[in-house]
Amino acid sequence: MHRNFRRWEASCVRMLTLAKAAVNRNDCESPKVSKAIIEFCDAKYQINTRDSRSILSGVSLEIHQGETIALLGRSGSGKTTMLKLINRMRTCTSGDLRVGGTPIREWDHIRLRRSIGYVIQEVGLFPHLNIRQNVSLVPVLEQWPEKRITERFVEVMRLVGLDPSDYGPRFPRELSGGQRQRVGVARALAADPAILLMDEPFGALDPVTRAELQQEFLSLARRVSKTIVLVTHDVREALLLGTRIVLLDAGQIVAVSNPRDFLKLEHPVAREFLTASELVAGAAR
Amino acid sequence: MNVWHFMSSHQAEILTATREHLTLVVISMLIAIAIGVPTGLAIVGHPRLRSAALALASIFQTIPSLALFGFLIPLPLIGGIGARTAIVALVLYALLPILRNTYVGLTGVDPAVLEAAEAMGMTESQILFRVRLPLATSFILAGVRTATVITIGVATIAAAIGAGGLGTFIFRGVAMVSDAVILAGAIPAALLALLADFLLGILERRLKVA
Repeated sequence: MHRNFRRWEASCVRMLTLAKAAVNRNDCESPKVSKAIIEFCDAKYQINTRDSRSILSGVSLEIHQGETIALLGRSGSGKTTMLKLINRMRTCTSGDLRVGGTPIREWDHIRLRRSIGYVIQEVGLFPHLNIRQNVSLVPVLEQWPEKRITERFVEVMRLVGLDPSDYGPRFPRELSGGQRQRVGVARALAADPAILLMDEPFGALDPVTRAELQQEFLSLARRVSKTIVLVTHDVREALLLGTRIVLLDAGQIVAVSNPRDFLKLEHPVAREFLTASELVAGAAR
Repeated sequence: MNVWHFMSSHQAEILTATREHLTLVVISMLIAIAIGVPTGLAIVGHPRLRSAALALASIFQTIPSLALFGFLIPLPLIGGIGARTAIVALVLYALLPILRNTYVGLTGVDPAVLEAAEAMGMTESQILFRVRLPLATSFILAGVRTATVITIGVATIAAAIGAGGLGTFIFRGVAMVSDAVILAGAIPAALLALLADFLLGILERRLKVA
């Protein structure tokens, strides 16, 4: 068990070392120095190679340590696919993608996924496992020592504002939507991943709970200092939570901007989003 | 002759036949589960195997039971007169509900749960045994329940090939044109089926994960 723990620790150390090493390397075949923990280089993804239509194409983006990237776009714009390329739930058809400085194809996909947290709108808690078992799943798979699993469970549950002794023995069906989503976040953080991927994490919640969780997310993001990639179709959420907003349209990145400048973007898709959410006055009513 | 009168005067014989009947059913069910559940697990990720396995199991079910018993008698090793041949036929009958329910249970898991499992870095076999299988248990049990009820019924025909059981009374009653004798086999068989259905139903509800 100790050996496995060492192995896990070693893989975390490796990821950090690789992230640091990336600083001194020429990535994306460009001469500039990169500090990116995630780096897309002209990444393309298509389901059927004979079909000329691709889900994502020409995607290049550097994501740096500690950033919260909001991937904003309409349904079908490719934002979820872009997220899934990062933990290799989908594999790029062409182009390159590096995580922690290592090309995605060189990663063992199981190791890669265990070192990246993942939160989805439907949460996907295991209905046959209690909250403690749900949250501790990756540490258990990684064969952490029992004591460390317990400590980490308590820690992450407190982080998401749930009492570990009260919620630990409960089952997902006994929880409200908001509580389930908190557990989902706790589960994603359990193995202390450097990267957190979130696919519309607050999409299924009522507006009040959503606002509450968004605020908590902000303070949590500051405390845990993770690199977070968040998919959303809600421009307000992107503006509130993202340190940078990446706007996608028809499988391509059409704008990358910080929240303040996003409001001034002239790109028609950005204007559509802002107008639709009544953040700027629009002619089309 | 009154059915109750016949039953009370042939109590020992009926009890023996019931025991034989139960033995046939239990052994057949255990073998069918031992074949059906692992086959269900094996075909989850293989659509082509799935079609073949389900089609084969369906074919067995379409063969009239008396004919199936008849077909098996001349076969070497598994054939002949007696309980062994009957068990083979009963297993073939029980296979479809178990296999189908195992498959449906394993593949009917909430996609969000499977996505989370995959994203958390569970291997395919971990997803199969730690996620799909526990969530499919009540489905599998529902299949076992259906199969058990069917098997209790079909096992009465096993008497035709000398396998004993409650069917003995039914065939004897038909030959004697005596309702009382037929009922002496049919009533205990029906009660067994109801009891099995009831007990397995309780177990199924217990194992259900909301």
